[in-house]
Amino acid sequence: AGPDPLITEVQDWARATGDGVDATPYGLPIEYEGDVIRRNVEWLTADTISSINFTPIHALDGTITPQGCAFERHHSGAIALKKEDYRLMINGLVDQPLVFSYADLERFPRQNHVYFCECAANSGMEWAGAQLNGAQFTHGMIHNMEYSGVSLRTLLEEAGLGAAGDLKDKWVYVEGADASSNGRSIPMEKALDDVLVAFKANGEALRKEHGYPVRLVVPGWEGNMWVKWLRRIEVMDGPVESREETSKYTDTLEDGTSRKWTWVMDAKSVVTSPSPQAPITHGAGPLVITGLAWSGRGAITGVDVSMDGGKSWQPARLAAPGQDKALTRFYLDTNWDGSEMLLQSRARDSSGYVQPTKAQLREVRGLNSIYHNNAIQTWWVKANGVAENVEVS
Amino acid sequence: GEFGLGRPALPEEIAAWDLDVSPDGTGLPAGEGSVEDGEMVFAEHCAICHGDFAEGVDNWPKLAGGMDTLDREDPLKTVGSYWPHLSTAWDYVNRSMPFGNAQSLSPDEVYAIVAYILYSNDLVDDDFVLSNENFAEVELPNAGGFIIDDRETSEAHFWTDAPCMENCKDTVEITMRARVLDVTPDTGGDNAAAAEPEGAATVTEAAATETAAEPAPVEAAALDPDLVAAGEKTFKKCKACHQVGEGAKNKTGPMLNGIVGHAAGAVDGFKYSKPMQAAGEGGLVWTEDELAAFLAKPKAYMKGTKMSFAGLKKEDDIAAVIEYLKSFE
Repeated sequence: AGPDPLITEVQDWARATGDGVDATPYGLPIEYEGDVIRRNVEWLTADTISSINFTPIHALDGTITPQGCAFERHHSGAIALKKEDYRLMINGLVDQPLVFSYADLERFPRQNHVYFCECAANSGMEWAGAQLNGAQFTHGMIHNMEYSGVSLRTLLEEAGLGAAGDLKDKWVYVEGADASSNGRSIPMEKALDDVLVAFKANGEALRKEHGYPVRLVVPGWEGNMWVKWLRRIEVMDGPVESREETSKYTDTLEDGTSRKWTWVMDAKSVVTSPSPQAPITHGAGPLVITGLAWSGRGAITGVDVSMDGGKSWQPARLAAPGQDKALTRFYLDTNWDGSEMLLQSRARDSSGYVQPTKAQLREVRGLNSIYHNNAIQTWWVKANGVAENVEVS
Repeated sequence: GEFGLGRPALPEEIAAWDLDVSPDGTGLPAGEGSVEDGEMVFAEHCAICHGDFAEGVDNWPKLAGGMDTLDREDPLKTVGSYWPHLSTAWDYVNRSMPFGNAQSLSPDEVYAIVAYILYSNDLVDDDFVLSNENFAEVELPNAGGFIIDDRETSEAHFWTDAPCMENCKDTVEITMRARVLDVTPDTGGDNAAAAEPEGAATVTEAAATETAAEPAPVEAAALDPDLVAAGEKTFKKCKACHQVGEGAKNKTGPMLNGIVGHAAGAVDGFKYSKPMQAAGEGGLVWTEDELAAFLAKPKAYMKGTKMSFAGLKKEDDIAAVIEYLKSFE
């Protein structure tokens, strides 16, 4: 090949000037990255107002999810609620029921933590078999952000828990300000442990679709408990058994009985590239295999990668030591010989849990669980670099 | 408290927000509603999505049926077949329904709706009346169908010190392919993402174009842009059922592109109520005046319409939403 005109000829961008600093007071990604967006699966739900979309995890790197492409799930749409109109009530079995304004919340001691938020239905469409062709669709109901906020314990103690008596069997009911009035019951032990009332994510205000101005952060537990537009916290004697903790987010087993209170998200991982939306385009030679791993039970301690559908495994390199209840990025820097791969990843966490295969999960739970599918994912990467979502024996 | 922040919550404020109802009935207001009343209330407020007999419309939830399906392939989970507590149904209807018009029902209407849902599930007779007095006596069939998370015991074998690294199995066969089913959203290019690499590039480019093309109102010369903007806000009330703009499709209600000046009951592929269809065949055209009258009180304007919306009270809102609809050809 001859000399590259991109080098030998003076290009427009090297001759003329670019945008001034006033061009984008709040920036969006450059137009060439316009395909890195949340996507919806239309047939999943009746209406986009009560629905979910998916983070483009196949196109991201590192661990922090930019807010603008972090998945959304609403039950009655994303509402616009001003800080000035925001009220947070604590009532029930407390010494003094209180109402906080947004400004009040900013005066409590603040914490910063990075946590993943995963919908209990992430990978739910894959129970019965390989369905969707792309890591975004199979594993994209997840995001990972740095939250700034106040610990729920601080607010509960401000209202006083003396009236609740023995805290061991007590619960808090948390509810949002939107029309779905989405509410969930959380056992007091968790509420006093690491739950955050958050108002910033990745350094900036929460986005409307993530609960602006204030949402709950329930580390390691299923996303629907992370109530958005949080408006009320009630200390109670028992769980409310609301719609989202009985009719939804419960896991039906083969014999027809269902598990409830399956709050913790088990260890899970997925190779984000190569994957169906991120095929290998460069042929044989150096290849970066990368993906994400996480566990609601603690920190990721290791990730193994298999290229032969689980016959043999090799440890991947963690980009940084696993953090508690946060995404971990892993890499396998390899030299691809250009032959077919059945690519898998397997996460291990600090509790000693090892991510199971789909067959192992089905053996215990059957096919009807819908939620909490944390099975090992297989991508069939063909010799031409194209990848497909498959299941293997 | 330690920080002295916040202010006491007033009893009226707590009463306004603390509406949740527990399984034992704690939180229920006094009231009652019959299956008979429930049938009417349900037809008016719920049937548009859930069907006249709670059987569900399109992808909207079915509320009745599915008994004894929980241990079968594709179980049908309804209030009757799956929900363990009646309080959940009452609480949800009371606080979160109807979709797009939440917290608009009186306690008696909620009792009536819940009574009708029980009747639709063959759990009570047609003369049944549900009230705060007899609420606790109703037990749902699947009340005993739940166990508390037992993963740490039933899945204890997933905790293992030494996961297999070598020779973990003899053979590996592909047993299922997503490509065969092909339900991945078409992002604009050819067939799903697993095309040839060149194809994959096309797909992503097409997706980018798609996002750039936000549905932009086509502004006819006579439109008042402020009124269109106001109408766009008002239209939020309609969005639960209607789509408008580029790519708008029929949902629970018909898509509304070009509706102003269009014959009534005539959007392709939408199944109208009989009265609406008859009106269209009889020559009704959605002029601005007709549309204004319909939007003010749909059910009074046309008895038997499927549109469950109560109506827009303010004339300004009606004018705005019509201006907004006019902006879509």
